[in-house]
Amino acid sequence: MNEHTPILDAVCHLILLVGAALVCLPIYFVFVTGSLSQAEIMRVPMSWLPGSQFFANMRTVLSNADFGRLLLNSFIIATGITVGKLAVSVIAAFAVTYFRFPFRMTAFWLIFMSLMLPIEVRIVPTYESAANVALPLNILGSWLGIQALIDLDWNLVNTYSGLILPLIASATATFLFRQFFLTVPDELCEAARIDGASPWQFFRLILLPLSRSNVVALAIILFLMGWNQYLWPLLLTTDPAMANAVIGLKKLMPRPDSLPTWHLLMNAAFLTMLPPTIVILLLQRWFVKGLVDSGK
Amino acid sequence: MPARNSTAALPGTAGGGALRLRWPLRRLFLRSADDAQSESGLKRAHFREWRLPIWLLAPQLFILLLFFFIPSVRALIQAFQLTDPFGATTQWVGFENFERLFRSGVYWSSAQVTLIFTIAQNVLTLSIALLLAFASNHILRGRSAYRTVLLLPYAIAPAIAGIMLAFLFNPRVGPIAHTLQGLGLDWDPNRNSWHALALIVMAASWKHICYNYIFLVAALLSVPQSILESAYLDGAGPIQRFLRISLPMVTPTLFFLIVINFVYGLFETFAIVDATTRGGPAGATSILVYKVYLDGFVTLDLGSSAAQSVVLMVLALLLTIAQFRYVERRVNYSV
Repeated sequence: MNEHTPILDAVCHLILLVGAALVCLPIYFVFVTGSLSQAEIMRVPMSWLPGSQFFANMRTVLSNADFGRLLLNSFIIATGITVGKLAVSVIAAFAVTYFRFPFRMTAFWLIFMSLMLPIEVRIVPTYESAANVALPLNILGSWLGIQALIDLDWNLVNTYSGLILPLIASATATFLFRQFFLTVPDELCEAARIDGASPWQFFRLILLPLSRSNVVALAIILFLMGWNQYLWPLLLTTDPAMANAVIGLKKLMPRPDSLPTWHLLMNAAFLTMLPPTIVILLLQRWFVKGLVDSGK
Repeated sequence: MPARNSTAALPGTAGGGALRLRWPLRRLFLRSADDAQSESGLKRAHFREWRLPIWLLAPQLFILLLFFFIPSVRALIQAFQLTDPFGATTQWVGFENFERLFRSGVYWSSAQVTLIFTIAQNVLTLSIALLLAFASNHILRGRSAYRTVLLLPYAIAPAIAGIMLAFLFNPRVGPIAHTLQGLGLDWDPNRNSWHALALIVMAASWKHICYNYIFLVAALLSVPQSILESAYLDGAGPIQRFLRISLPMVTPTLFFLIVINFVYGLFETFAIVDATTRGGPAGATSILVYKVYLDGFVTLDLGSSAAQSVVLMVLALLLTIAQFRYVERRVNYSV
């Protein structure tokens, strides 16, 4: 097709430019506001150009609001979720696609069911489970009438494992790996077996290297998801030092009756969105493929 | 050599109950090509061993048991119980929590807010994403540069999207709010409920347009070039080709995105509401998932919160079923 449509071309570029501007404008204002002083943000109309206070505000945010610690928490949580979920799901997917064993389909359906209910619809009991992981044992104990013997308490509130483990409990990654393994040629496994490879050797030396691009794509998506968590850290952290950066922002929101420190909030918001933005800019090609493949 | 099994369609020796359950469920979710051909998702070349797979599955199943199955079952149980705020006494009350819930005017107004919010968010997100996808499909130069910028919101937390727009539209300091006031609009999302609703709709869409955009661009690229070329030879212009050929061919993706947008609007926008309006003013932005949280953790009406959880569970279940049906169709179309 060799069409010449100058007007439509121009309109399309215009649409995309407006779209890009709508994306960039809020981000730009976060940066501008984060670089102004208290006096400058109170001025009407506010400046549309960056001020000189960016690093001064950053120091205030890092020291007063303890944002260094919160960013570190975000990093630990996001990495924990990424590594944990990838590790747990890649071996589970290997088990359900490459082995014939009793209850294989039962296991698959148990995993599959977890796709259906997001954590948002079961927050109270999930919180109770994390507040005392031994709760099911205690309930069992009270049914059996031996409550006095079993009264365990294993509290995950304000711990990294409490922030990470419940978010690993979903099957999105397992499902994606399963779909990928089903497309791997059968001949590879047959050849490996003729050469005398054990299942674990086949997994480690052949299947895992083949899945590398899927692992990377999924790792990016999971890292972004982990970094941007909100509801679960909100519920599970009563100690401000254990919250993640996004929750820290909520605490910096200006209250109606106090001095509106928008410049500090915006500076902190800029610091919080910088790492995931860098990830997405550097690894974009991998990420787009992974997103469309996973369908979620 | 690996055993080739053509007769045994049902692997394992799962009990009769599991067998009966499996087939209707299977038909609901999975009818894609790979599931029909390979034996229920088992590789033709597979290992016959049971110790190793059990150990491989153990971590996932253990975490799911602790943080998915037990909480889900308890959510169901709690919906039929009444617990006082201090958790001292619990009694069975049957459907009383649900009756109380469905008689509550606050709940219905929250449901109404949710409906308006999710539909407005869906329409706004999808139509802007479609426009952008059409434009970037049409142009030849600069595609990847535009895409890089348009994808940025995917990296940004919903809560931050909310905070950014809350600032821009803040009646005292926000530059956009000042512009609106300059145009004579008495803009104040802290007092006007429609303004507050508009604010969270805009924040939710801002964050989610990129997701719709990626899928639409991928779908438009998969429309067969031969069909587009024959339409071109028949004299159809770019817009006509888009409306008459590309758009009908990507309808599975559109339906899929509508479902995903509803899931997003119902559940994942909690952060936007909590970080900006906190359900206010006067419950005008208190969407269902926010109300579950309020009743469960703030006002401590646990029975009602559990009943609301169950209502949301049913919604989530229906949407997941719809999602998998469209995933499957999407796959079939793109082949």
